[in-house]
Amino acid sequence: MLLIPCPHCGERDEIEFSCGGEAHILRPLAENSITDAEFADYLFLRENTKGVFLERWRHAAGCRRWFNMARDTVTHEILEVYPMGALPESDAGKKAYKENWRRKSAAEAAAKPSKSKPSGKGKKA
Amino acid sequence: MAETPDRGARGLPGGKPKYSIFSLARNAASYHQDWQRAWRAAEPKAEYDAVIVGGGGHGLATAYYLAAVHGMTNIAVVEKGWLGGGNTGRNTTIIRSNYMWDESAAIYDHALKLWEGMSQDLNFNVMFSQRGVLTIAHSEHELREMSRRVHAIRLNGIDSDVLGPEEIKAFVPTINIDPSIRYPVMGGFLQRRGGTARHDAVAWGYARAADDLGVDIIQNCEVTGLRRKAGRIEGVETTRGFIKTPKVGCVVAGHCSVLAAMADIRLPIASRPLQALVSEPIKPVLDTVIMSNAVHMYISQSDKGEMVLGAGVDKYNSYAQRGSFPVPEHMIAAAVELFPILSRLRMLRHWGGIVDTCPDASPIISKTDVKGLYFNCGWGTGGFKATPGSGHVFADLIANDRPNAIAAPYSLDRFQTGLLIDEHGAAGVAH
Repeated sequence: MLLIPCPHCGERDEIEFSCGGEAHILRPLAENSITDAEFADYLFLRENTKGVFLERWRHAAGCRRWFNMARDTVTHEILEVYPMGALPESDAGKKAYKENWRRKSAAEAAAKPSKSKPSGKGKKA
Repeated sequence: MAETPDRGARGLPGGKPKYSIFSLARNAASYHQDWQRAWRAAEPKAEYDAVIVGGGGHGLATAYYLAAVHGMTNIAVVEKGWLGGGNTGRNTTIIRSNYMWDESAAIYDHALKLWEGMSQDLNFNVMFSQRGVLTIAHSEHELREMSRRVHAIRLNGIDSDVLGPEEIKAFVPTINIDPSIRYPVMGGFLQRRGGTARHDAVAWGYARAADDLGVDIIQNCEVTGLRRKAGRIEGVETTRGFIKTPKVGCVVAGHCSVLAAMADIRLPIASRPLQALVSEPIKPVLDTVIMSNAVHMYISQSDKGEMVLGAGVDKYNSYAQRGSFPVPEHMIAAAVELFPILSRLRMLRHWGGIVDTCPDASPIISKTDVKGLYFNCGWGTGGFKATPGSGHVFADLIANDRPNAIAAPYSLDRFQTGLLIDEHGAAGVAH
């Protein structure tokens, strides 16, 4: 039974959580054109590391918020937990992030908004 | 769909003494000291015509059919651990072919037909017992869904009978059909040709028959690299040296992504723990296999008397060959409600495997971008039943460098064409 340190609630048993699979999967934006094959890669291909793996988890039976985790898939050791939207801080976590094939994928490159701004008034958020 | 699959050489054509009641009697008379080794502890040669990576049921079956059907005997199986020590040694031994889609019916029934002749073909008692597999429906919705499923199965010429609660009670006396339980038994569908087999035996049977034909089986030999040149496979780097070969078939289940990465190939696979457990042995109380999707449980009774139980996968990736306790705890709670007789049973052994789950719960049997490199993986929670069929079609793919009609739909490119074969419903194991 994993003891998972939820960033908001503290350590809880794994049955309070649901696992969202691989972390840091960026969706390509609609206006960027990538090929069907590149989209299929984004949709179906998975990192399946034997070793330090970056995952997203949700505290389903608690605060219900998402966070990221670096976990070893052989020893189940939790190396770090870090906020949704942030990147890993541990050396092993950073290495896992950098070496993931998605970093070089067309889909991830297409996840960044294109440089040209839309015409018309833009509201301040 | 294949009518009579080509099973290749029967018996032991390579000269190995056959097992029989006479050989048993002869060896008993000499205190069982003269049994011949079932397979040699082969030293890896420098070169082979093909290398199969993975010495489980699927890999050994592949090697056997390469030798027996395609005449490729100068081949090797390399296994990083001990033969059949992976998922082949960790499953709950269930065999059936009642899947929904035509492509699935083709491959799983191809396998079932091979199971039906296996002990004779391999001269090895794999203890294939066609005791039936009964899947229970626990709600109105499941009854409707089951009805559609049964029609699809029957349209493919595969046996499937629908049973009501009273008929189920007659078939399985220990089951609880009280309508007031949380998940009541409302009906079920039964494949009578399905059942169980001895999981170790199928690995040993294929290993012995393949070895008899000249196949080298090399244990404690881990592949550490897939050497390529100009888009073509050159051989495998292993912990026992480099082995040159023009054809490599990778069939390593949970470690498929690890192997694929050695050739810069990406797969849509997530490796998860799948746990199972056995109880202390008791007198025969269950002579069929029961599966339930709603309560996430499947159960049978081994010939030793142990209740063999399994459930869904753990919810996060792991290569640890163990899962965590809440999964079997959840499963046992449901099992005890359906089979009150289990309530005081002690559980004897518990273990886990690494299952390579695929987005559509169907396998990948495919060529790759590297010429001469083939992958057979993604069987996830349902590989054991397909063992002979998987090996048979994978051998055909490797020998002829093109998939046959049964294997073709399982190509890796279906994730680009969109022609997925969604069998989550038939997989019977939540994931």
